[in-house]
Amino acid sequence: MILSRKWLNEFVPGVSVADVTDKEFAEALTLSGSKVETVEDQSAQFKNVVVGKVLSMERHPNSDHMWVVQIDIGEAEPVQICTGAWNVHAGDLVPVAKHNSLLPGGVKITKGKLRGVLSNGMLCGLSELGLDARDFPYGVIKAAALLNDYHPLPGEKPSIPEDVQPGFKIYGKVVAAKVLDCRTVGYALFSLKLDAGNGEVETSTDCQNIHEGDLICYNTATGAVLTLSDIHAQQKEFPNCIEDGIFILNEEGAKPGDDIPPVLGLDDHVVEFEITPNRPDCLGVIGLAREAAVTFGKELNVPTPEVKGCGDSILNYADVDILDGDLCPRYCGRLVRNVKIGPSPKWMRERLRASGVRPINNIVDITNYVMLEYGQPMHSFDFACVEGQHINVRRAYPGEQMTTLDGKPHELNESMLVIADEVKPVCIAGVMGGENSEITDGTTTVFFESANFNGVSVRKTAMALGMRTEASARYEKGLDPMNTLPAVQRACQLVELLGCGDVVDGVIDVVAQDFVPTQVRLEPKKINGLLGTDFNREQMLDILLRLGFIALEDDVLVVPSWRSDVEHYSDLAEEVARFTGYDNLPTTLMKGETTRGGLTAKQAAEKLIGVTCRGLGFNEIMTYSFISPSFYNKIRLPEDSPLRNSIRILNPLGEDTSIMRTTALPSMLETLARNNRNHNAAAKLYELARVYAPTDREDGLAEERQVLSIGCYGDGVDFFRFKGYVETVFDAFGIRGVKYTAERSNPTWHPGRCAVLSLNDVEIGIFGQLHPLTAKNYDMADTAVYAAQIDFAAILAAKPGTIVYQPLPKFPAVERDIAVVCDAALPVAELEDTIRRGGKGLVKEVKLFDIYTGKPIPEGKKSVAFALKLRVEDHTLTDAEADGDIQSILALLEREHQAILR
Amino acid sequence: MKDQLAKIRAEALAAIGATDAAAALDAVRVKYLGKKGELTALLKQTGKLPPEERPAVGQLANEVRAALSDAIAAQSKLLAEAALDLKLAAETVDVTIPGNKESLGHKHPITKVIDEITDIFVGMGFNVAEGPEVELAAYNFTKLNTEEGHPGREWTDTFYITPGKDDPKNDAVLLRSQTSPMQIRTMESRKPPIRIVAPGRVYRKDEADATHSPMFHQIEGMVVDKGITMADLKGTLNEVVKSLYGEDAQTRFRPHHFPFTEPSCEVDVQCFACHGKGCSVCKGEGWIEVLGAGMIHPKVLMCTPVGPSAWAWSGLP
Repeated sequence: MILSRKWLNEFVPGVSVADVTDKEFAEALTLSGSKVETVEDQSAQFKNVVVGKVLSMERHPNSDHMWVVQIDIGEAEPVQICTGAWNVHAGDLVPVAKHNSLLPGGVKITKGKLRGVLSNGMLCGLSELGLDARDFPYGVIKAAALLNDYHPLPGEKPSIPEDVQPGFKIYGKVVAAKVLDCRTVGYALFSLKLDAGNGEVETSTDCQNIHEGDLICYNTATGAVLTLSDIHAQQKEFPNCIEDGIFILNEEGAKPGDDIPPVLGLDDHVVEFEITPNRPDCLGVIGLAREAAVTFGKELNVPTPEVKGCGDSILNYADVDILDGDLCPRYCGRLVRNVKIGPSPKWMRERLRASGVRPINNIVDITNYVMLEYGQPMHSFDFACVEGQHINVRRAYPGEQMTTLDGKPHELNESMLVIADEVKPVCIAGVMGGENSEITDGTTTVFFESANFNGVSVRKTAMALGMRTEASARYEKGLDPMNTLPAVQRACQLVELLGCGDVVDGVIDVVAQDFVPTQVRLEPKKINGLLGTDFNREQMLDILLRLGFIALEDDVLVVPSWRSDVEHYSDLAEEVARFTGYDNLPTTLMKGETTRGGLTAKQAAEKLIGVTCRGLGFNEIMTYSFISPSFYNKIRLPEDSPLRNSIRILNPLGEDTSIMRTTALPSMLETLARNNRNHNAAAKLYELARVYAPTDREDGLAEERQVLSIGCYGDGVDFFRFKGYVETVFDAFGIRGVKYTAERSNPTWHPGRCAVLSLNDVEIGIFGQLHPLTAKNYDMADTAVYAAQIDFAAILAAKPGTIVYQPLPKFPAVERDIAVVCDAALPVAELEDTIRRGGKGLVKEVKLFDIYTGKPIPEGKKSVAFALKLRVEDHTLTDAEADGDIQSILALLEREHQAILR
Repeated sequence: MKDQLAKIRAEALAAIGATDAAAALDAVRVKYLGKKGELTALLKQTGKLPPEERPAVGQLANEVRAALSDAIAAQSKLLAEAALDLKLAAETVDVTIPGNKESLGHKHPITKVIDEITDIFVGMGFNVAEGPEVELAAYNFTKLNTEEGHPGREWTDTFYITPGKDDPKNDAVLLRSQTSPMQIRTMESRKPPIRIVAPGRVYRKDEADATHSPMFHQIEGMVVDKGITMADLKGTLNEVVKSLYGEDAQTRFRPHHFPFTEPSCEVDVQCFACHGKGCSVCKGEGWIEVLGAGMIHPKVLMCTPVGPSAWAWSGLP
């Protein structure tokens, strides 16, 4: 909502810019709940731009189209300015951007030479002032066709000779005429003395680009000066005879030297608010005035609009029926006859412009004005277009067609409410009017509609049609049904004020749903209890009454009709708190029973995962939970993999984010690939990622699990280094007994470098090097990429509850190395397992230290060497004791694996 | 013999002093003190002396032996020290050459912020609550007083998994658009006093740009207890803001609107860049909005088994 402070001042005297600075105003209203986004002093976009009076003008000596103007800008001496515009005449008042001036859009003007002639600034047109003809309709320029500006089209034979003389016959009665004298006789009105080749003639014109010496096209029969369109000429043939130029001021009281902003009404201070959806009443000047009045402790003064009327009765013209009362609780309307469409007055245009609305014509401007003032959207339509003089508020018929004011055709359906005559819809209720009943220059009878519509319905209709309008944005929040009548009255009051039509007596007011005001009891104790304050009843009541609440007996309050958001004492508490100031509420710390804060075991484990991974040099990543289904192909997930069964988003932003991931691997690989693409030589990343699996739960919710996803490439990391990272994670949790089983057939992974992790025969994860074909999908075919996916819940479950510390051994260990020769394909883990089982209880540590193939080991065999530590708690082991265990181990190795001591 | 002893003493001490290596010193030791050494040989001859001279000569001989032993020990120490110095000198490195670092990994900035904030709350007696991201409309909206018709429920704003069947306003499945469902889930499963924070991922249908993402993080906080007031809310949030931004941090509480709190507020922190003067960071306001909060709406409390008053807040980390 954009608010003009001048407008606000009409309803709350005492909060004008002179009384309260913009900064104070913004701060105070923000703190009472109307958040100010921006404040703008409109005049600040101008600097050194003043009214100037043209004293004299001469043609520029070095240019065929420029003028050198002497101009009085209220200073001791006149200044000289060059302009390319042709519509300026001696005596005109024009906006002058002086040397070192500032124009809207941050344009700076300084003096300079134009083709060798000094120019001390610039004369301004509407566009340079940030305006257009809708802001100042009188500023429209009419241009005559000047033969001295004639430029034949390239390649065409000139239709007018270069040395054309007065009296040259152009066609019919139209001849060339030389301007002997041009005098301004009124605003944009000139009296000319012409040499039409046949003696001197006099005529008058409203073309503004004529000066002494010009050659014009003159109709000897009518006395008219002809324009380009009159002679069917193209603009290219008369490049300087344009309907543009300097804005010639016609503002009462303006004199040379006056600052431009106040002269043009560009001196308002404009405040933009962020209004929360519960306060549609603040989408109007009056609503904000009420807030401002209470905030600053001033009186709110909203006059009741009065309409004189011209007699007659609306019943003679119009009838309204609400057929679908559920979507239209109330409909008010009035009729205006003898409408004279034209521009609205300057003050109204200024208000509209300050509020961000472009002026159009008096009737449309009135509806916009009332909407901005009352927060009640209005619609006006040409009643001549209403067939049967009967308005029906009804649901659209399926497939019904209507073209809206913006020229767009729409197909409607029965969920949408329309305003229709007996045959066709003329308006989509609360959204936009129909082209078929648009106010045009020829409109003579206008029907003003001020209605209350169901907000949800308007919002859905506007969304379905893809056209959120100023009106629908207000309606969708649910408007005050009691506001429709004052609004239509105000519109008609303005019609009378502007004198643009005769308001027929009588108001149509159809009520489909009775409005029942809400009542809430004022309970100071409860309010203070909620806020932690000790305001007394009178303080509270004072605020609420000024906000428009009405007190009944027993402190029962009637909530104002525009405050449908208030229904409970907590709502009253907010009103009280807002106007006493949230910053003035006490600041206390919670009392009562203390609670033991802390992290759960799971949350602590999450932190330990992070600490461990970061200690190993892995950086944390955070990736989207949703992925593209194609990501499963990229990781070469088998077609029949259950992981392909993902939760699908019905309305995704795009295919790339359309399903909830069942594995965190693609997200990891995407991130690694991105690092690789950006020439990162190495990356080590981890994510404790949620994955989402569909379930057959009754409520349809997902199974959300956490997975430790780690991945890396580069930095000399090989399979065993990476495996060491995985093992270290388990070590950090004190988890032992993780089994690594070769996985040779998972297409994601390298068939010879992938292991499934299991714990107590339950699979808990997988890790290894990516299959080169998987890596290729990430443009990393030639890079060894390692990744692991480990179930976090399994880690958490396997973490031992208590840690048992053991005393240092009292007796030394016996160390023995053994090397055995076995099949090359035999996993080392199996040998190790056998060694652990083979002894008689003395082996405390088994550590692989060498694997050897090649001579003299036979082909297909390998030599595997382990260092063993044997120890007992109560004495120093003898060699004989140790030998006993070793022999037993070697025997088992031979029995189980045909592994022979080397 | 006395003269001989004195000569040996003088010769040996000179020889000891002249050694420059352990081996040479040992050779000197053998030469004089060894089994066949000169002093040993001389001592063997003391038996040939007349008995009255023997004690004096014996004593002198012992003195000479002790002097030589001491000198050898001292020289040995000197030589060892010199050798060590030499070795250490040879081992000298350029200490300005960079070390071989183990690179440490880093937390994601979002994790860092979440950890920082949850740690503050845990210190104030809060627990960390977690819940589903694939959520029911009942929890994300309906029970939070966000009725049908609220724009947040639209398919243009929220990601849906199922449109719902029997009772779409409750049984539709969606990606939670806020962490606030944790208010309801916690109130349904726990009895007051409740003090929780609930950080987590939330999802909204915004195209990713400099300030939007379809997935982002929120941290929810809630206290449910008898006699909890808005003043307590202010006090607690002030403490947290000070912990996060320093003792000088200023806050500003502004009225606002949320469907599930009443009264509601937004909390601004004074701009860290300009300290309230207004700059490009705070878009000239002097304040930066950090969170929304309020007293839990009576309609929300009615949806849950808890009766007493409560407050909650949530903000973007």
